[in-house]
Amino acid sequence: MSKIIEGLCYSESHEYVKVEGEFGYIGITDYAQHELGNVVYVDMPEVDDEVTAGEEFGAVESVKAASDLVSPVSGTVVEVNEALEDEPGLINKDAFENWIIKVQLSDKSELEGLMDAAAYKAMIGE
Amino acid sequence: MAEEIKVTCLHDKHVAQGALMTPFAGFDMPIQYCDITTEHNAVRHNVGVFDVSHMGEVHITGAEAEKFVNYIFTNDIAGAPVGKVFYGMMLYPDGGTVDDLLVYKMGENDLFLVINAANIDKDVAWIKEQAQQFNVNVDNQSDHYAQLAIQGPAGEKTMKDVFGIDCSDLTFYTFKLVNYDGEEIIVSRTGYTGEDGFEVYATPAIIVKMWDMLMAAGVQPCGLGCRDTLRFEAGLPLYGDELTAEISPIMATLGMFCKLDKEGGFIGRDACAQQKAEGSAKKLVGLELKDKAIPRHGYEVLDGENVVGYITTGYRGISVDKSLAFALVDRAVGALGNELSVRIRKKVFPATVVKKRFYTPNYKK
Repeated sequence: MSKIIEGLCYSESHEYVKVEGEFGYIGITDYAQHELGNVVYVDMPEVDDEVTAGEEFGAVESVKAASDLVSPVSGTVVEVNEALEDEPGLINKDAFENWIIKVQLSDKSELEGLMDAAAYKAMIGE
Repeated sequence: MAEEIKVTCLHDKHVAQGALMTPFAGFDMPIQYCDITTEHNAVRHNVGVFDVSHMGEVHITGAEAEKFVNYIFTNDIAGAPVGKVFYGMMLYPDGGTVDDLLVYKMGENDLFLVINAANIDKDVAWIKEQAQQFNVNVDNQSDHYAQLAIQGPAGEKTMKDVFGIDCSDLTFYTFKLVNYDGEEIIVSRTGYTGEDGFEVYATPAIIVKMWDMLMAAGVQPCGLGCRDTLRFEAGLPLYGDELTAEISPIMATLGMFCKLDKEGGFIGRDACAQQKAEGSAKKLVGLELKDKAIPRHGYEVLDGENVVGYITTGYRGISVDKSLAFALVDRAVGALGNELSVRIRKKVFPATVVKKRFYTPNYKK
């Protein structure tokens, strides 16, 4: 049974956004990290890079395979989680605590197109 | 029409043990039981067991069996003692690879070939076609034999403790027949992990029993996931990636297994000799990245702006904590120490040409 947190926004490709004011913290869900297995590398954008809703902005890699990261929202990267550079396995320890990028949201109405916790829970069949 | 997926005799066991299963070479095979890193490390530091029953076995007998096998096989088995195992390839006349395989010398004019699961139908057809000019009998026994690979530094002890089979007399790349549970089984000191270890060929009934005994003894079951990371670190090729109908053993820098001067030659010999003399256009190399980004199969290799090749296999090493790859590149840029780069998604990362053997194997010679 995967952990799901109330109050976050979820995408069909298993990313989440935790909104704080003008900013959104983007990461992958607990379900996604479990499906992926041990994370050995996180390919992250750089600060000031633009991300676009529905487009790839990096990748999370297990030993076996690379999995694209798709941004649930559009905006400008204001921070990347540098701890993941040295210890990508943090995502397996707590995927919600260990967000990947912090974005200044350019269009908060995009959040309405994402799922809430209950809808995401239904989607992954739990 | 979709071909029905095959299963090994241990399939039910894998599923019951909760292994992650995936189709491989026409078989539904376990990729991992717990996680690749744990299974990989069990083999490097202790012992692990793989179900490799999907591998193919072809028995070749008859008055000209040795002469025939030597003609279709790149290594030289002429006059070898019974009990010896050889690694080599079968080639097309142009030097492209039909398959890489093991040849076991069971007796005079009695050879046992172990081939890749994905290539069984193709190989058997190829062997039978070549056999028409020889007095030999070709018997595809792939459905008769199941196979376990017991790999790791504790392999010899495991064979003794769990099965009572003393393997201390076997050196690397030799085998013996053992009477086990009323059946004559084949035990060889071979493997595909860069560690000491054994491969056992027997009927499914025996293999299932042996698997259960290994599980009861607490031996780590290992999936194809770590089989690939282990063989990769040890510099061993995988047919389909490093050897193909387009990639000759000379290009794959496996020329030491091609005995160009052996009596009678072999199919593909002249093409190999020419590639060796003139230098093949492409060459397989090792690449090491300074960054942590991981090169994967198919990614482009660049020399400045120019695409000079592609990645055949790449990983973040487990025993070697580096991002590493095999790549097929233009020979001109393949010298050790040469600086190239790899395109990984949107970015380009510097990569240095290094030796393909990233991890030093621990074989019992």
